[in-house]
Formats: sequence, C-alpha cells, structure tokens
Amino acid sequence: MSLLEVAGLTTTFATERGEIAAVEEVNFSLEAGEVLGVVGESGSGKSVTALTVMGLLPRPPARIAAGSVRFAGQELTSLSDREMRRIRGPGIAMVFQEPMTSLNPVFTIGEQIIETIRAHERAGAAAGFARTVELLEKVGIPSAAERMSAYPHQLSGGQRQRVMLAIALACRPRLLIADEPTTALDVTIQAQILDLLLDLRDEFGMALIVITHNIGVIAETADRVLVMYAGRIVEEAPVAGIFDRPAHPYTRALLASAPALDAPLAAGHLPAIPGTLPDPRHRPPGCRFAPRCELAIPACSAALPPLTAVGPGHAASCIRLGA
Amino acid sequence: MIRVIASRVASAVPILILVSLITFGMIHMIPGGPAAAIAGLSATPQQIAEINHNLGLDKPLPVQLYRWYDQVLHGNLGTSLLLGQPVSQAIMIRLPVTFGLSLYALVITLAIGLSSGILAALRQNTWVDQVAMIFSIIGISLPNFYLALLMIIFFAVDLGWLPSGGYVPFFDDPLGWLGAMTLPAISLALLLTGLLARITRSTMLEVLRQDYIRTARAKGLPQRQVVLKHALANAMIPIVTVIGIIVSLLLSGAVVTETIFSLPGIGQLLTEAVLNRDYPMVQGGVLVVTALMVGVNILVDVLYAALDPRVRYHAS
Ligand SMILES: Nc1ncnc2c1ncn2[C@@H]1O[C@H](COP(=O)(O)OP(=O)(O)OP(=O)(O)O)[C@@H](O)[C@H]1O
Ligand SMILES: [Mg+2]
Repeated sequence: MSLLEVAGLTTTFATERGEIAAVEEVNFSLEAGEVLGVVGESGSGKSVTALTVMGLLPRPPARIAAGSVRFAGQELTSLSDREMRRIRGPGIAMVFQEPMTSLNPVFTIGEQIIETIRAHERAGAAAGFARTVELLEKVGIPSAAERMSAYPHQLSGGQRQRVMLAIALACRPRLLIADEPTTALDVTIQAQILDLLLDLRDEFGMALIVITHNIGVIAETADRVLVMYAGRIVEEAPVAGIFDRPAHPYTRALLASAPALDAPLAAGHLPAIPGTLPDPRHRPPGCRFAPRCELAIPACSAALPPLTAVGPGHAASCIRLGA
Repeated sequence: MIRVIASRVASAVPILILVSLITFGMIHMIPGGPAAAIAGLSATPQQIAEINHNLGLDKPLPVQLYRWYDQVLHGNLGTSLLLGQPVSQAIMIRLPVTFGLSLYALVITLAIGLSSGILAALRQNTWVDQVAMIFSIIGISLPNFYLALLMIIFFAVDLGWLPSGGYVPFFDDPLGWLGAMTLPAISLALLLTGLLARITRSTMLEVLRQDYIRTARAKGLPQRQVVLKHALANAMIPIVTVIGIIVSLLLSGAVVTETIFSLPGIGQLLTEAVLNRDYPMVQGGVLVVTALMVGVNILVDVLYAALDPRVRYHAS
C-alpha cells in the first residue's frame, strides 16, 4: 500500500460562466519517504491538486467531481471536516506558495507554531515552548528563543518561509507538500530553502511533494516527476528519465527553456514556451498541447492521447512518441 | 503605548478648545437670552437688563468667553442659570442615566451585531445569511424614533409589559432599571446593530479569504479556533474603528431617545438648557460630552494598537 494514492481525480470550480475543470483525471501515487516533483506552467493545476489532497479548497466553488485520494489506506475525499483536521498536521502538512501572506500578522511566530502542536497533542507550556525553539533552530532561524516573540512583519520573506516550514514540521507529518516553496523568494534564499527541505526530509523520514514551475529545481530534489499541462498529467517518470529521455513534447519544451541544469536556480524564472496555456473554458479537443506543439498532426486533435508506457515507471500521453 | 496615549491626549486639547468656541459662538448667536426665562413672561425691560447685568451678560462677548475659560481652567464649570445648581453637579446627576442607556445599547449592539455578522459570513449565501441581512437592513432603515414609538405602543401600552417612560436608578432597583431601560436601549441600538452586523459580515468575509486562514486550517486547527481566534483577531482591527464611531453615535443618539422615553439624562438636560439659553449649562455640558467622545476615541486608538502588532511597533 502506498502512502498516498490519487486516482482519477477531477476537481472543478463553479464560475459565473459555468463549471471549469482545474484538474482532470489525475493519477499518481507516492511511497513513504519518496520525493515526488510536480512541474508545469502557471495555471496547470499543481496547487489545485495539492489543495484537493489537503481538503483545503473552499467547497463551493470547488468540487471533487470524480476520483479518490487515499492516504495511508484511508479515503480522504469523504471525510468530514472534523476527521480531516486530524490528518492535517500529523498526516499531511503543506508549505504554501505565498510566504509573505501565509502567516497570521497578529500573532507571534512562537504562538503560531505552538498552537499547531497543541491542536494535535497534549503538550504543556514548557514542553511546547522547548519543541518550538527546537523547530525554529532546525529550520535555521538564528537566536530562535528570542525570535519566538517576533511578529511576521518583523521577518524577511525567507525567514517567514522557514517559519512556515517549522509549522508544517511541528507534528512530524508523514507527507509534506511544498507548493513552490521558493518562487516568491530571491535566488540565493531559494537554494537554501531547498537544501533545508531535503535535509529535513532525511531527518524526519517523511515523503515529500515538491511543486514547481522550474524543472531545474526537480533535478536536484525529486526521485520521480509528474509533468502537468492544462489540468492533466502528460508525463510521469523517474527523475533521470525526465532529463535523459523526455518523452512528451511539452516536457522537452520545458527542458529547452529551462536554465542550465548545473546552475538551475541562478537564472530565476523559466523563460516562456511560445504560446499560452489554453483557457480552461475553451480547451482544444484532443491533446491540449497540440496548438503549441511543433510535432502536432491532425490526429492529435481528434482524441485525448492515452498515457502510454515508454520505459520502466515512465509514461507519457502523446501519440507522436516516436517522432 | 504610553506615548501613544499621551500624544492622543495632547491632541485632544485643541479639539476641546475648538468645540467650546463653536458652542459659545452658536449659543450666543441665537436670539434671546436666559433673562427672559428666569424673570418670566411678564418681566419688564428693566428687570431683564438688571438680570443681564448681574450675570455679566452685558459685557462684551470676548470678556465673557475669557471669564468662562478662566473658570474652567480653575476646575469650575459655573452655575446653571435655570437650576441654580453647579453645572458639574447637574451633569454628574444626569450622567449615569445617559451612561447606563448607552452602555446597555452598546452591549446589545455588540452582542447581536458581532454574532450575527460572524454567523452570516460563515454561512454566506444561505438562509441564515439572508435572514440576518434582511433584519440588518430593517434595523438600518427604520428611523429610531419611529421604532421607539411603535415599541411604546406595543410593549408598554397594549401589552403593558414594560413602562413607557420614566427612570429608575440602577442601584435602587436593578430590575426596575432594566425594565425602564430596555425599550430605550433597543430603539437606540437597532440601527447600530444592523450597521455593525453588515460591517462585521463583510470584514469577516474578507479576512476568511486570506492566506493565513488557509494556513490555520492546514495546521489542523478546529474550525472554532480558525474563526474565533485567527479570523476574528484580524477582523477586529477595522471593526474596532467602527465600534468607536458607534459609541459616539450612541451618545448623541441617546439625546433623542431620552426625550422620547422621558429619561432624565444629559440629552434632556442639554435640550432644556439650549431652549432656555442656560449658557453655562450648555457650555459645560457640551465640554463634558466632547471630552467623553475624545476619551472614547483615545480608547479606540489604544485598542487598535493592542490588536495590531504592526501599529504597535510602528508607533513605538
Ligand atoms: N478559486 C478558483 N476559482 C476558479 N478557478 C480557479 C480557482 N483556483 C484555481 N483556479 C483555476 O485552476 C487552474 C489551476 O490553478 P492552479 O492554482 O492549480 O495552478 P498552478 O499550477 O498552481 O499555477 P502556479 O504555478 O501559478 O501556482 C487555473 O486555471 C485557475 O484559474
Ligand atoms: Mg500554484
């Protein structure tokens, strides 16, 4: 049994102009201790996938139209709010894309960590304090004991993301989802946070999902990679497979436009692939990447290409795999 | 924090001077004087002149103003021309009535306004939300005095449950006080309750959308803690400003309410004083009421800083 099994997951949003599918028929699984990378351009459905797993999307407008999310054998999509809150924290924890706004401005960072521990365990004031100081030290906040009484506005973006990490680790989660943990930060801080994430993964023995739109980040961190495009998984592979034998034209385009792999972080944001992601309301028939694909033929727009195996643990949804 | 309070208190001085100047100017600008009220309808012009002379009202206005300020700085608000009672004493007797009424109305406003606003936000677009908002619209659009009269007719005259007016001091008979004050307090609180409910709802909706609320939920905190701790602590920052305004409106609204329910409060006292051109009473009363309002606003600023660490650190 895998730690996390997502099967046929479709998440939709009700909008003024009808229901749109932000994530469609997504399948993947994750073993304990494994690091999974999720890449894709902005808007491809990475955050929505993660937030669906966490049960954090506001329903409505969001709706799980189909599929299942099993965590340690337990189905999450049918849990009540009360049951789900017990999973969040000790089961699955998440670090968000927006470090500047993800901490509550009116409480000290110490308070925001301690209350996480208290929500799940009986911990006395002294024990809670000691554990929080230890967590802050682990995530690299200098003079942690003094910083306990600092407010978020007194910290830099990088420090805030470290505090978010401390909150996520507070209950020793079995799975940590890091949603673009470094995108909002400057380049040198990005590298530090990523290194920290991997160190902590080793120390805590947890599984990790790293979401990014910079494929370079994945090379250094992930065991396995999912490539998402317009709400669907278009390629899934071990990390070496993605870089050595990228199968889907979209993955190749991502790689081609990525910064050099020996300096994956130095170049900052990914230069754009020509064209834009299709509007979720008017997605093209068949392969969604076809309108931007150099290899596209008329058959590409006829039907959704099935996910086809191209190697061990490596599959891509493209009918032009040999081309 | 001390420095915040000190600077606010200091900035209150010019406000008090300005308000007393305006009050002085206005009360002397309206025709008529206290002498007529004191001497009665049959007074001769000589009698009037004599009274005016005795009261120093024949002196030029700047001299009168100077005398008044001089008195006030020596801690003396003067003597009411009409009551023959020291102004400060007259105010101290009436203040508990107004204070009690405003406080009662404030408790109603906060209890119902905050809770229904929070509930409406949490149940956005459900019947709970709609019912709460319909009631708040009714509260806002129904004129206070009209509602007061309706309530008197229904609860006091028809049902005979509560008195239609009159005052019972709290310490003599707490239940009697509650009975006497309930209708006035409700009629005073209604508009402000509706206002607070709507503002609380929209502020909570805004706060509940914030990223840190998602973080609080991601930590596995119980819903109660997410809403009552994380959301409310942030929503209270703008709401406290509104509550400050509400308290000011309560104090001024109390004037009308006291008249309708014949409660012997500051409102009634000042109304009488203005009608009879009781200059010292008007001047002193307005000064005290203004000082109270300023005090409320200082309290709001202090609360504001207490609630928002960003303000607190910026100020110190
Ligand atoms: N609350 C919402 N209401 C309507 N549509 C939404 C909502 N949240 C997300 N979407 C849509 O879902 C799609 C996927 O968004 P998502 O945030 O998952 O992208 P992402 O891959 O995380 O992108 P980024 O790299 O910018 O974070 C987008 O088309 C977006 O417009
Ligand atoms: Mg995202």
